[in-house]
Amino acid sequence: MLNTCKHCCTKVVDLKVKLSGNAILDNVSLHVNCGEVVGVVGPNGAGKTTLLRTILGEIPYQGRIMFKVSGDTSKKPKIGYVPQKLQFDLGSPISVTDLVASAISSSPIWAGVNKALSEKVKGVLSLFAAEKLIKRRIGELSGGELQRVLLAIAMTPEPQLLLLDEPASGVDAKGLYLFYQIVDDLRKKHDIAVILVTHDLAGVSSYVDRLILLNRSVIAEGDPKEVLSDEKLLKAFGPSLWNISCLPGFKPSESEENGDH
Amino acid sequence: MAIIEAWYRLVGILPFSWTHYNFMHNALLAVLLVTPLFALLGTMVVNNRMVFFTDVLGHSALTGIALGVLLGFHDPTLPMIILAVVLAVGMNLLKNITKASMDTVLGVLFAFIVALGIVILSRQGGFVKYTSYLIGDILAVSPQQIAWLFVIAVVVLVYWYMLGNAMILTSVNSSLARSRRINTFFIETGFTILLAIAVIVSIRLVGILIINSLLVLPAASSRNFARNMHSYTLGAVMISILSGITGLIVSYYWGTASGATIVLFASGCYGISALLGRRLTK
Repeated sequence: MLNTCKHCCTKVVDLKVKLSGNAILDNVSLHVNCGEVVGVVGPNGAGKTTLLRTILGEIPYQGRIMFKVSGDTSKKPKIGYVPQKLQFDLGSPISVTDLVASAISSSPIWAGVNKALSEKVKGVLSLFAAEKLIKRRIGELSGGELQRVLLAIAMTPEPQLLLLDEPASGVDAKGLYLFYQIVDDLRKKHDIAVILVTHDLAGVSSYVDRLILLNRSVIAEGDPKEVLSDEKLLKAFGPSLWNISCLPGFKPSESEENGDH
Repeated sequence: MAIIEAWYRLVGILPFSWTHYNFMHNALLAVLLVTPLFALLGTMVVNNRMVFFTDVLGHSALTGIALGVLLGFHDPTLPMIILAVVLAVGMNLLKNITKASMDTVLGVLFAFIVALGIVILSRQGGFVKYTSYLIGDILAVSPQQIAWLFVIAVVVLVYWYMLGNAMILTSVNSSLARSRRINTFFIETGFTILLAIAVIVSIRLVGILIINSLLVLPAASSRNFARNMHSYTLGAVMISILSGITGLIVSYYWGTASGATIVLFASGCYGISALLGRRLTK
């Protein structure tokens, strides 16, 4: 499979991550090809964010993470990353232009953003339906708007691998729909590989090619509909079953009929 | 020294009684260096929520002096700087590895460092000798200290020019910064070392008790109306210089401690900006 990739593919083999003695991830293997969107779902504390941060190179691990970029296995791909939740206070003086410009340029923005750079920022944001936000402070954005700004940053310059951490958290249905549409579009146009970590089982299933159920290790993997009708998934998610009960192909188990939510 | 002489002549032209004294000329020059320097550093201190962190650095000066006394240093500046830098790097490391709340960790460190300094300095009732460090004396600033402040201000400015954007991105989210190949640990460590040196070199002028206010107040005031990083930085620098000059001159006429008078004016700026800020920019 590693040879069929045009731009980039990512292969994780037997990954193990320990944080202060506890195994957060154990025996995790996965493979993402270019042009493919892989969803990673799992309960809280399943190690989803840790998986992304390990792929980013932030956390020491055992096992192997291999990349192949344009046929070269020695190169590391350009990775775009959209973090889960930004912890900043709402009074932060950083504007959307500041945030984007500080990521894509080295010209010091505290000394002022020149016209050329501000046009560049506008151009980047316009691809993500966010050009109207340039003058707002980041604390004034809605969850969905912030996600699109962060996605615009992650896509500049164009990455080969895109990591999205919980884009659904704090985003309303309309914003989320727009976000998934943009990601779908990016994948088709740019042939990039996407790993999308999410809680939003119902929404994500129609946008991902494959779904991985993670709970410290890979519990199930495959076509979204198949994975979502898997008994193991139901067990893993426990009380939040109602989230997926509206999915096509979902057959309620006995416990659910008994009202065991 | 020719520059200093030229400065004396320049200020001497002004038609006020305070311009007759060389110590006021020196103090004014020191204020014009310290206030923008602290405003710039302060913008990042407030953005990164390091207010308590820098308070520990300021108070570590006491222990630095104590170490200097124990080791027989005539001028305790070197041990003070070394201790502050070690503490700054240590606290930064700790922030990256510990799961405990930094709030509590810094609180414990603060208590320990202050107590240690006081215990050593107060042996045989000798603490009174060191109380001048608590409130500082900007009027006693020497041309040599001014030269040091100038060097530090230049280094900070260069750091800000080269790494300002990386610092901003790191303050928003360190994983995001690292995904853009920014060495966040290097950025943060460099910043804390600069902070430690700037605070210690200025501590004789401003005093241990209020030096942190000079870092925090201009940035905090500017934050009340700033809509982007440019106006935030510019606002902080202007508020800082304005409170610095006003405070210094007023302290001359009132006969009060200059550092504290400057901080009083900076607090006034914060009060006004908090009341008016958001209303004006909405």
